[in-house]
Amino acid sequence: MHVEIEAIRDTLMARIRGEIDLATADELREIIDGRLKNKGYKAVILDLSGVSFIDSSGLGFILGRYKKIKGQGGMLYIVGARSSVSRLLEVSGITKLIPVYANEHEVIQR
Amino acid sequence: MATGVKNWVRFEFPSISENISFARACAAAFASQLDCTLEQIEELKLVVSEAVSNSIIHGYGRGRDGVVVLEIKLREEKTIDIVVEDRGCGIADVEQAMQPAYSSESERMGLGFVFMKSFMEELEVTSEVGVGTRVRMVKSLLPGRDELGE
Repeated sequence: MHVEIEAIRDTLMARIRGEIDLATADELREIIDGRLKNKGYKAVILDLSGVSFIDSSGLGFILGRYKKIKGQGGMLYIVGARSSVSRLLEVSGITKLIPVYANEHEVIQR
Repeated sequence: MATGVKNWVRFEFPSISENISFARACAAAFASQLDCTLEQIEELKLVVSEAVSNSIIHGYGRGRDGVVVLEIKLREEKTIDIVVEDRGCGIADVEQAMQPAYSSESERMGLGFVFMKSFMEELEVTSEVGVGTRVRMVKSLLPGRDELGE
């Protein structure tokens, strides 16, 4: 798993590549929560276009970050999820809480 | 070899989370002998990941000195039979643990058993407190009527 973090004004962009399971979710949580200590962020965008596998540990990581940024008055967005990942986002009900877009430009233009 | 079993594999590994990806990759590689679809492979990877994660998190409380056993049997009629077993703390109330959104950890969604139930045809969980847990999942990988275009 690899994550690239970029701060664009009040938005934190995390481009994740690889697989999100129990082993990698803990590491991702630490990295993103570390950056969220700066309370100024109003949005977090998780770019999942490079994610080839996700399980319930990964979904838990996403839900946890949603609760965290929401608690800070911001919003979480998911972009670029592949069909296998998208399917689990829907089955788990995450898409009812978190807006999903094709790419980051759609989030910016929303 | 047991009746109806065309091939099988059984291996055990330490209860460390780095082994979850190894377990699901092995399951996917072994199942590919049945000439299944990519979607079926994705589902098998998911259920193995969930069952092994449960053993590590709940069975051994994330302790790294436990042992997880994975056994896969490829049966006649393109049926796959997967068993994930641990010798951990066991589950006191299996029925409750299998409820959607039940989780003993705050950041987990309690979807492990839900996925196992949804993506496999049979799910059997036997557990004894202080002894361990055995999860057996079975699925036929024969194409359904809709996939055949009937």
